[in-house]
Amino acid sequence: METAALPARPVLPRWSGWAVALLAFLLLWKFGAGLVPWAFDYPRGWTVPAARWITGFTKWLLNEATFGLFTFAEFTRFIAAVIDFPYRIALSLLSTGFLKGEGSAAVQITPPLSWVAVIVVFALIGLRAGGWRLAALAAACLGFIAVFGQWQSAMVTLASILVAVPLGVLGGGALGILAWRSPAFERAIRPVLDLMQTIPVFAYLVPILFLFGFGPTAAVVATLIYAMPPMTRITHLALARVPGELTDLGRMVGCSRRQMLWRVMVPASMPALMVGVNQVIMLSLNMVIIASMIGAGGLGFDVLAALRRLDFGAGLEAGLAIVALAVALDRLSQAFAVSKAGAIPTGNIVERHPYLASALATILIAGLVGLVLPAVQSYPKAAELSTGRFWSDVVAWINVNFFDAIEAVKNAILLNLLVPFKRFLLGLPWLGVAGLLGYAGWRLGGWRLAALVAVLAGLIAATGQWEKAMITVYLCGISVMFAMLIGVPIGILAAERERLWTVVRAVIDTLQTLPSFVYLMPAVMLFRVGDFTAMIAVVAYSVAPAIRYTVLGLQGVDPRLLEAGRAMGCTPRQILWRIKLKLAAPEILLGLNQTVMFALSMLVITALVGTRDLGQEVYIALTKADPGRGLVAGLAVAFIAIITDRLIHAGARAARTRLGLGEGAA
Amino acid sequence: MTEKTPETRDAKLVCRHLWKLFGARGAEVLAALGPDPAPERLIAAGVVPAVRDVSLSVEAGEIFVIMGLSGSGKSTLVRLMSRLVEPTSGEVLFNGQNLLAASEAEMTMIRRHKMGMVFQHFALLPHLTVLDNVAFPLDVQGAPRAEREARARQMIELVGLGGREGAFPRQLSGGQQQRVGIARSLAVEPELWFLDEPFSALDPLIRREMQDEFIRLQSVLQKTIVFITHDFDEAIRLADRIAIMKDGAIVQEGTPEEIVLSPADDYVRAFSGAVPKAKVVRVASAMRAAEGEEPTAEVAGTLTVAEAAPLFLNGTERLRVTDGQGATLGHLHRADILDLMLGG
Repeated sequence: METAALPARPVLPRWSGWAVALLAFLLLWKFGAGLVPWAFDYPRGWTVPAARWITGFTKWLLNEATFGLFTFAEFTRFIAAVIDFPYRIALSLLSTGFLKGEGSAAVQITPPLSWVAVIVVFALIGLRAGGWRLAALAAACLGFIAVFGQWQSAMVTLASILVAVPLGVLGGGALGILAWRSPAFERAIRPVLDLMQTIPVFAYLVPILFLFGFGPTAAVVATLIYAMPPMTRITHLALARVPGELTDLGRMVGCSRRQMLWRVMVPASMPALMVGVNQVIMLSLNMVIIASMIGAGGLGFDVLAALRRLDFGAGLEAGLAIVALAVALDRLSQAFAVSKAGAIPTGNIVERHPYLASALATILIAGLVGLVLPAVQSYPKAAELSTGRFWSDVVAWINVNFFDAIEAVKNAILLNLLVPFKRFLLGLPWLGVAGLLGYAGWRLGGWRLAALVAVLAGLIAATGQWEKAMITVYLCGISVMFAMLIGVPIGILAAERERLWTVVRAVIDTLQTLPSFVYLMPAVMLFRVGDFTAMIAVVAYSVAPAIRYTVLGLQGVDPRLLEAGRAMGCTPRQILWRIKLKLAAPEILLGLNQTVMFALSMLVITALVGTRDLGQEVYIALTKADPGRGLVAGLAVAFIAIITDRLIHAGARAARTRLGLGEGAA
Repeated sequence: MTEKTPETRDAKLVCRHLWKLFGARGAEVLAALGPDPAPERLIAAGVVPAVRDVSLSVEAGEIFVIMGLSGSGKSTLVRLMSRLVEPTSGEVLFNGQNLLAASEAEMTMIRRHKMGMVFQHFALLPHLTVLDNVAFPLDVQGAPRAEREARARQMIELVGLGGREGAFPRQLSGGQQQRVGIARSLAVEPELWFLDEPFSALDPLIRREMQDEFIRLQSVLQKTIVFITHDFDEAIRLADRIAIMKDGAIVQEGTPEEIVLSPADDYVRAFSGAVPKAKVVRVASAMRAAEGEEPTAEVAGTLTVAEAAPLFLNGTERLRVTDGQGATLGHLHRADILDLMLGG
């Protein structure tokens, strides 16, 4: 009875909290500089010397740490041996041939597989997995590599891929199975996986260099760290998604734990697991160039060397060879993912394994013929083509004829957009930014998210990297803005035009198989080093997810709603703006998230063209072999990624809930 | 309605006061709230009651149908019977042995050799052929290849899929896939056969065909069967006895005839009201005591009234009702039949 008399409490509009928070932020920004200078420049005295700690820790690990039975150094040597042994075999098989003796005194006992044999084996795998067209594609990719004179390097790269992929699949799969068996383990490794996927690769190159030395082994370790997490995630997800009836079946027929896993769960989730294998292959190839910084050799080294010489043509050819390898391996592994087991063949051992038999026969015959005809053993130098000079000429021609125009555009954007935005961000107080991020976290996802976001932002400041982090944010922000401005309209256009979407999808699929360094080269050629060049490369690299998610979001809108819209007499424009884009907003937000992630990973690489952000810090640490400095800067990049990711995800979730609940009310 | 206790001499499977509460502290909550807590109190305590105090007994050789709508707990109940789902409290006796006291290893042996299960969505292994799918339970037991394949071929023949041994599940229609599921569940010659909504995922016409097939199989095999369905007509058609579930508890248990003629409450009536009584009521229940002159035409007491009705087409007023040996049980009157059929 008492409650009835209460007057309606004035309800504050939803934005009032934001208004207060922003006002507080503005006050701090405008008038705080004199009152609380430490909120602007993080005081040196308070800096946490995390970099020194980590460097010290690495040295301790290497020199003193022991597990009782064996020391840490012995442990890393053991891992190195596990990787090194199969790598030696793969390399001998593909590149060097089996040798006797060491160094220059080595005598070749058997030559490596001839290029003809390798191409035929690839074609046979294609034939087995997907038929003639795939066989032709695989052979063409490898043939391309041979014709353009990249064979030797490509085989070195292939050898490390052949070692890294099985290890990544087995290791990632094993972790995924453990995570599926034990929820506690799953909870424990999830943040580790998050970190492994968001921390820029450069950052852990240094510790790896320390622990494993310079060389292909270290490169494979780095590749594994980078390529394994998706396999773990996919394995766990695939096993968890096996229908409950199948697990019931397994228990009903009395499977043991092992039978349950290997006879029921793994076969039933095989298609999904093959997607994981494909991911491991593609990520390993992504790592090829970066891994060559710590001694992987092969195509990656060629690209890197060309980039350092600013030899666009040579870099492009080596880069395209990586793409050819990637396309071949990608299509082959995808075909295996969807290929169906046929009838079980019968007969003798050759009849039962026709592909294996023909592959072995080809290797043998090509090897023997190769002893007589050198052209069969290794692709003849005289028949090699090179377009490197042509590309270099094209770039030179553009530079000669359009230098002024390019320069004008570059300077206009730099002066009017990049520089002011950078100044603005650098002038913001770190305390205010951390607080504002925390408030956003609280509004979007509650106090846990708020605490996470604010603490991570605070940690960046506390390790003395605020300024560099802001430069990263500025470059990333501008690039993402351009990527979205380009990608979303393309996505909107493509979503409604089936033919256009087919073309666009083919283009962005190809763009995503290109190693990120390839983006850097034309940008450097045309715009030379600097922030603008970095921005162009980042935009080119990160536009793909912006397009993809926009299309997915728009195409995912319930067609009944569109029909209802048309029935109500909406114009196509109204349907687009008032129905489609509204409902696709959560998906487009996720696209924004992916774009940011892509941009951040590319940004670190653009350190090579002279940015001054966290990426540069990591890169310097790499050249100075300073594990602490590299890891701390790398973690700061990871923190930026995590903050963005969590906030956008929470925002997308909130938007989805709102769309689900508020359709009628709004 | 001769027996009240759920146990008799021939009981294959007996459940006594079986409870399943989903939630972290199911057992504690049940112990705290006493012998028969109301569902609302359970939910308030943070657990979800899926099966509440179920007692039933499945006789050897009978088809025991558990019928309920989705969410009634019937699928959980059938999984409690084989301990695929661990009961919160109660007893499950299989051949007199308390399954809840059995070790995991014992349970594995019982499931391997004495139980078979057919699943709603077939649960076929996509990477195995029909032959390997059917042989799978034997393979898991470690039976030699020749033996398990011979047995699997027999079963495939039995369900009418001979010739498709080499096919993969994705190459078969839904009805064929479920035949594989049935063959697989029978491969170990189970004593107790669970069918969890085996025909629900099939088209109505195929469903009917599979029900006929099932009746044919059972006439050959004489298994003890627990059959789950949400389809009342299917239950009436197949069951020797039916238990109707609602909100995790059994609301009525009896023969199809009993359930149609005397539904326990409005919930059961909502289903049974739509079923023509003539299709359920047996001649033996509709007859009167034999009196007067003996009619020449006769009818078996086990037929349903609907099946017997055509015998009156020639104008006969009465039929002699006989048992299996041909002895007279009573007389069936045309007027009674008409009343029953017209009355719905």
